[in-house]
Amino acid sequence: MSGIFAKRRTRLLAMKAIRDNYVPGDQLVACPKCGGESQRKDVAGNLSVCPLCGYHFPIGAYYRLSTVLDPGSFRELNEKLSAADPLSFPGYREKQRLAQRKTGLTEAAVTATGTIGGRKCVVGVLDSRFMMGSMSAAVGEKVTLAIEHAAKNKLPLILFSASGGARMQEGILSLMQMAKTSAALARFSGKGLLYISILTDPTTGGVTASFASLGDIVLAEPGALIGFAGPRVIQQTIGEVLPEGFQRAEYQEEHGFVDAVVPRKELRETLSRLLRLHERGGRS
Amino acid sequence: MNQLTAAERVSVARHPQRPNITDYIGALFTDFFEQKGDRLCREDPAILGGVALYHGRPVTVIGTRKGKTAEESIRCNFGMPGPEGYRKALRLMKQAEKFRRPVFTFIDTSGAYPGLEAEARGQGEAIARNLMEMSRLTVPILAVITGEGNSGGALALAVADRVLMLENSVYAILSPEGFASILWRDAGRHREACEIMKLTAPDLLALGVVDDVIPEPEGGAHLAPEAAFRELDRALGRHLAALLKESVGSLPISRYQKFRKMGGAPKEEP
Repeated sequence: MSGIFAKRRTRLLAMKAIRDNYVPGDQLVACPKCGGESQRKDVAGNLSVCPLCGYHFPIGAYYRLSTVLDPGSFRELNEKLSAADPLSFPGYREKQRLAQRKTGLTEAAVTATGTIGGRKCVVGVLDSRFMMGSMSAAVGEKVTLAIEHAAKNKLPLILFSASGGARMQEGILSLMQMAKTSAALARFSGKGLLYISILTDPTTGGVTASFASLGDIVLAEPGALIGFAGPRVIQQTIGEVLPEGFQRAEYQEEHGFVDAVVPRKELRETLSRLLRLHERGGRS
Repeated sequence: MNQLTAAERVSVARHPQRPNITDYIGALFTDFFEQKGDRLCREDPAILGGVALYHGRPVTVIGTRKGKTAEESIRCNFGMPGPEGYRKALRLMKQAEKFRRPVFTFIDTSGAYPGLEAEARGQGEAIARNLMEMSRLTVPILAVITGEGNSGGALALAVADRVLMLENSVYAILSPEGFASILWRDAGRHREACEIMKLTAPDLLALGVVDDVIPEPEGGAHLAPEAAFRELDRALGRHLAALLKESVGSLPISRYQKFRKMGGAPKEEP
């Protein structure tokens, strides 16, 4: 019986993942980093990483989940939770609907339980295609519910960040999500459970200044922009040209804020190893 | 209460003669001893902190510092802290916990400093760490927004059991200029932004983001500071007395529940 459901779940995630792994362009895809052109199927077949230079294209939440979770293990949490319009902000409802139509997501965060290398965990992913992965109250709520689910079931937690920061249209309530998610992580951490934060391009603003920076282990994808203030704001403030590579994953590793920069291709194996290393007493 | 528009309140909140952290410490506390440095890297004058007596009780006082003269403003970076400032604040809060002292924070900042060195030293990480640690501190925390409280740079001192706002202070996700610039690519539309951002004290009280609004004298606290200090002292005394009745264990729980509810249906965890 459960075999049938597992197959169905595998198919469901696979279908959503195919939709998410859409790289723009016709037959040929131009890499924004090296400018080289590759066959679309070669990029898609390479986890959306440029086969020529290793540039990591942004990827959608469901595709991301399909690249790390064991097949058939995906179970989405709070799938239907979507944004409200707490400040009755002009035009916000329409913006939400557009983003939903464009991405097929209900909000900028997808959370789920699943297994990696056979070990159960809770995984959350922010999707930068949905209003720049900005933190609405619903995103904060989904992340917090995922943290609480992991705490209650004593599961490791993995969060992939990709966000421009706050959701302007929700004003101060967006800001409060920083406190809410960080407070939930304090409780989670107090139970002796593992949280792995993975920073992907871009991780900035309120997400950097809350849950993304609070991992026991912090990983980053190569080349990801990671910072609190965005480069444009900093440049305007200090009136100087920023150094090459500033705020990139490798820069953050060098400055002590990232444990390891891990290419997408090695991520599943790295996560599997980290989960194994954190099992009680190292035994399975 | 007076009836100013949101944009007018922003002007009052930023008035150069508005009382600052030094004024509040002088008026509400005695025996203030300043403690400098984050013990990691440097001293950040944008945050002032130390130990003092509040009606005879030892407390820790921390606040962002805006200067009143040009010289002082430059020295304290116009009240925009770097990561060292937030790490100093956290150091003082942990010390307050050790000595069982309540913590008072005073917030008046246009935000955390968006500079190259601030980024290199982990501005985001420093703020995040404060949010997490403040949420589980076992001593009472009272925060007062006295002027402008913008962005994560303000929130990093405001994960408190009670968040109070002076009547003409403002508290927001970022400055109205920044908001208009991001949303409409036109910083010139900041007045319009003020009206829709819900950044005034009465708006935030209604949203449940703050717990109490302290009345100011007609025209703003800078016109009759003594009256403003009296009102604030009365409110702080009342809230502190209530918090001191709570047990050590229950403070972080009720603080968690307070922030857990923000912007979403509360879901309790046993």
